[in-house]
Formats: sequence, structure tokens, C-alpha cells
Amino acid sequence: MKTKIFIKHAFTGNEASAYAMKQINPDVVAAYPITPATEIVQIFSKYVSDGEVDTEFVPVESEHSAMSVCIGASAAGARVMTATSAQGLALMHEMLYIASGLRLPIVMVVGNRALSAPINIHGDHSDTMGSRDAGWLQFYCENANEVYHTIIMAIKIAENANLPAMVCMDGFIITHGMEVVYTLPDEEIREFLGVRKPLYSLLDIQNPITVGPLDLYDYYFEHKRGQIEAMINSKKIIEEVVKEYNERFGTNFPPFIEEYKIEDADFLIISMSSAAGTMKEAIDIKREEGIKVGLLRIKTFRPFPYEVLREKIRKFKAIGIMDRAETLSTMGGPVAIETKAALYSLPEKINLINFIFGLGGREFTLNDAFKIIEITKKFSEGEKFPEVLYIGVREEE
Amino acid sequence: MKKILSLKELSERNLGLAPGHRACAGCPFPSIVKMVLSSSDYPVIVANATGCMEVTTTIFPYSAWPVPWIHSAFENAAATIAGVETAFKALKKKGIIPKDKKINFIAFAGDGGTYDIGLQALSGAIERGHNFLYVLYDNQAYMNTGIQRSSGTPFGASTTTSPAGKVIPGKMQERKDITEIIAAHGIPYVAQASPSHFGDLIRKVRRAFEIEGPKFIAVISPCVPGWGYEESESIEMAKLAVETCFWPLYEIDHGVYKINYKPKNKLPVKVFLEKQERFKHLLEREDLIEEIQKRIDEKWEKLLFLDGKKIR
Repeated sequence: MKTKIFIKHAFTGNEASAYAMKQINPDVVAAYPITPATEIVQIFSKYVSDGEVDTEFVPVESEHSAMSVCIGASAAGARVMTATSAQGLALMHEMLYIASGLRLPIVMVVGNRALSAPINIHGDHSDTMGSRDAGWLQFYCENANEVYHTIIMAIKIAENANLPAMVCMDGFIITHGMEVVYTLPDEEIREFLGVRKPLYSLLDIQNPITVGPLDLYDYYFEHKRGQIEAMINSKKIIEEVVKEYNERFGTNFPPFIEEYKIEDADFLIISMSSAAGTMKEAIDIKREEGIKVGLLRIKTFRPFPYEVLREKIRKFKAIGIMDRAETLSTMGGPVAIETKAALYSLPEKINLINFIFGLGGREFTLNDAFKIIEITKKFSEGEKFPEVLYIGVREEE
Repeated sequence: MKKILSLKELSERNLGLAPGHRACAGCPFPSIVKMVLSSSDYPVIVANATGCMEVTTTIFPYSAWPVPWIHSAFENAAATIAGVETAFKALKKKGIIPKDKKINFIAFAGDGGTYDIGLQALSGAIERGHNFLYVLYDNQAYMNTGIQRSSGTPFGASTTTSPAGKVIPGKMQERKDITEIIAAHGIPYVAQASPSHFGDLIRKVRRAFEIEGPKFIAVISPCVPGWGYEESESIEMAKLAVETCFWPLYEIDHGVYKINYKPKNKLPVKVFLEKQERFKHLLEREDLIEEIQKRIDEKWEKLLFLDGKKIR
């Protein structure tokens, strides 16, 4: 935050998201209420009613229709946004693949929440992790300030990559927790984003296009191959846009992975989202006790930044990986499984241990963070542990 | 705007659907599409639900659509066209599209995509008041997947999931009255039409295009393999549906009911049923045919009662 153009606010994650949306002034927003993301569109619809945005707001009858409206509007060349959580994201599931398969830039803010059953409204990553292979870019933010700035960057990334993007924040912890958020003036955002210039538009009557035709075994594969290429290329786009943003506004957001005290670390913890904040504090305290532990926070989970991750962790012997979701595959959480896959081709032998924590919004305390550090330390020294450990859960002895 | 176009005028227009599509021989929906699209005095944009129409008019790299067209999924043609229409409104507001530009937005979906899986999205889109015309081409079953019953399948029809068997004589539930369900939303214009009465169909489409807001037209679309008749008889089937009052032609224009065609001699429904494989098993069940006739008569009486009345 070098430049003096920022305005300091006390915002919840939802308020920060709605404020970013107001400043972006998208052409179309279609959304349906769901805890804990409801407030985003609630606040935004007040902006609409007060004439503070030009946006056409479509208060749909379901999340399936929310994403369907977004798809129709994006295919018509509009800049389109929405927000959801958990069951809403699950109901959209079919349409998520269609948005990405049709290569439509749509930016969706997700208040991460545990999926039913049992029904729960609090934060974990089971919702967006269930959509991790839907062809959307996924950015997991640590705090409300990062949410605000990531939403703005996501618009440009999505439109340059012709891919949809999710900006994820932990339900309640970030969506409802009030924090300091440094916002940019409207005109800076307008200038940074410009207007959307779609490659094709349904509204271009002179050049009619057919969007979403039947596509069988003779072309589907090529179209999917192109989509894979777009995901690969998006890494360069993410890097460029984040770099441009940081240079322009004097910020220091990581495109893929944030490093925290890893230079002299003996072992590492990998985390995402708000838990990384807790873990940073635990690391500071443990370092005073002489324990040299570092943290890597994965910001971009899709595309998975395996090249960067590999290079950053190859010199370590042991890593503790935190997951706020389970795959129920009996192999642990998605971050751990994908990290394992990323490391397999390295000649170095790196030992990994997976910590599942915070399911259904179970509080992740400083003591839990200490426990993860201590176990990973012992693990790095050769002590044996199960491959997957559950932190903060009541279990039978 | 001229209410009725002559056949000559119509054939001089861009028909909106190119030859070479793969609809079954005798299928009437290509004619329905051409009648709807060529009735528009302004450019059109079409959203299509998954189904026979989407599958047979597009297969990459081919498309029979010379107009902008989008298909995204089965249950959401109304929500998808709502998105396109909203983008149009938004870009007009921002001055990216000229304020006086006119486009007619149209959604096409079958009975499965309308009565069943798409009902919620349709209900939502018309409640929100999007400016579009929804055209149901009603072939009365899931024909694209091989003739499964839908809630638009009429009582007594044999389908692959309501087969006429030794114990159960076909579908034992009456179809939903989708036209009345949509009318209950209180939208400005709702109608039933048939490709056999093309002048009436075209007039209804042109009337719909005159009105700002959501419009709904249900068009009967006989299906050669699904109903079981000769390829040359589709329009004849549609005509019999009208002449027997199985499919009455009427409209509700801003709350006013109007029957657009009253058969001089209302034919018994048996004349319609006996020509189709899907009802063949009923010929041994006079009681069921009587039941069907009774339901048709009741509905027709109700329509005659409502004819000319303003219901809201």
C-alpha cells in the first residue's frame, strides 16, 4: 500500500465485495440469496435502487437461473457478476461447466460454506472444492481487503482469459468479520478495467453466431483441448494482471502463492484462506521459541500453480498441508492430494502430512495451529503419524 | 404493424431457419420456427432448450440458424434468454447500444423443457417481466430421448415410460394445462396455436411482438415417431387436434379470453385418437375414450363460458 490514493474503510467481507461490485459497475448482476453471501446482493440491490450503479439487477428464482442469466448476458457481451454459497453453488453445478465450456467471463464471489448434509451454514471449503474441476479460475482470499482487490483483478483476468472466475472467502469468518479495507477511487478502477470487449456477442445482429451447438465425438475433444489450453494460458494472464495491479497501486498481492518466513525455515505448512492468518500468528509465536517454521499460502487453486509450488517447496523435507474440506476418497483433503501429485515428478523425497480442520465452521484456534506446527515438526524429525490427521474434532479414544 | 402477413409476403422474408437440418421427415417444428421468426419485423435472438430442436438444427460445425442463437441447458431457456435481454437493456442504458434499437427475444422449448424441468425458470422469468416471447412446441412427450412421458403427455397415451400394458392402459394422469398455468401469472399475452392454422399462428406471434413484457404461445407439434402416424400427416394431425377441441385455439390478451376458432362441427376425439399408434390400445376401451371426450367437452365448455370475458 505505497500510494496515498487508498481510502480506509471498516468493512465485512460481504460489504467489501458489494463495494467492489459497485465500483466495477457491472452491466448485469443476477443472484439469489443464500447465507452467508446474501448480504452481498442485498447491499448491491440498494446501490441499484439508489441509482449508484447502472447495473441491471436480476433477482432470480434460483441459483440455477442466476448462472443461466449470467451465461445469457455474458454471451451477449455484458460484464456480468454474481455471488453465492454452498447449496447455491451446488445447484449451479450444471451451469458452472456450461459457463466455462462456452468460455464466458463471469465473476462470482463465493462465501465458502459447508455443504449439506448435515445442513450447516458456516465456513468450510466443501462447496468450491466440489466445483474445482468445473473449469473456473479459483482465488481463495485471506481477508476482506484481499477479497476487495481480488474481485477487481478477477474481472480483468476473466475477460482476458475468456474464463469464469470465483473469488472465495471463508463464510462468516471473512464474510461477516469486520476488517480494515483499503479501497481505490472509482475512476482508478474504471481506468484499470475499461469496458469489456467481447470476442463475440449474441447482440451483434450483423454477425450472427450459434452458441452452444451439439458437439459430438468429432469436435468435442478439440474444444475441451482448447479449454485446457486456456487454463494453461490463464497462468500468464493472472501473473500479468496481478503485476500490473501491484505496480499501478503499490500493492503486494501474490498471483499464486504467498510466502511467509520460508527462507530459513526447517519445515513448512501449506494453508489457504483465513486460516493462513491464524497460522502466521502461530508461526511468529513459535519462532520466538526457536522453531523455524514457514508458511505457503495458496491463493490461486485453479489453475493449480504446481510449477511455482514445486520450486518453492523442493528444498524442504517435511510439509504439513491444511485442508478445510474432505474428498471422502479416504486420501484426505484436496489441497494435500493435489500437492502430492505436483511433487511426484521431483527427484527429491518430500514427506507430507495432511491436517483436516474446521469442517462445518468449527473454530480454528491458535492452539490448533500450534498443534499442527508441533506435529509437523516431529514428523520432520522422523516420527511416524497417520497420513491424514483431524484437528479440533471429538473422536473416540 | 400489419396484423396479418399474406403467404406471399411471408415467403419473401428471411425464414430464420436454413435447410439441411436433421429434423425427422414430416416434423412440423421447422415450419413453426419459420412462421415465428419470419413474423418478426425486427432482428431476433433465439434461446433454445435442450431437445429435438437444438439437436437437429445444430451439430458443430454446422448450424441451421442464420440468426443469433444460444443453447445452454435443458431447464433454462427462459432464464438464458432473460440474460440476453437484460444485457441488451444494460448496454442500451450505458449507451453502447443505440436507445432506439429493437430486437425480438424468443425462447423455444419442448414440453419437457416447459411443463416439467423448465417450469421454475419459466415461471421466474415471466414473473420478473422480461421482454421476450416463449414458444412451447408441444409434442407431448420426451421425444428427443425416445418418447418418455412428460407432464404434457395426455391421458391414455402410450409412451416408453407409460407403456400400454396388460394391466395399465398407458398414461393414467391427465396432462397439466400449461396455458392456464402460465396465464395465472397474469402476463400480458398467452395463446394456444397450431401449425395447421398458420394464419392464426402468425397473427398471434405478431400480436405478441407488439407487446412489451413476457409472452407465451403454446403450439401443438405432432411427432411422427412419438405419436405414430404417416410422415405426410403432421399438419392433418394438428388440424384434427383443433377440430376435435383436443387443442383449442384461443388467446388471453391482457386478461381477455378469446376463442380464435370454433369448429363448425366439433369432431369426436376418437377421430383424432384412432389415427395414432400411441392411442391404438384405447380402441378396445370405450370407457377411456368416453372419459377423454368428457374432459375435452368440459374444457371446451369452460372456454366457451370464458370467451370474450375479461378475467382480471
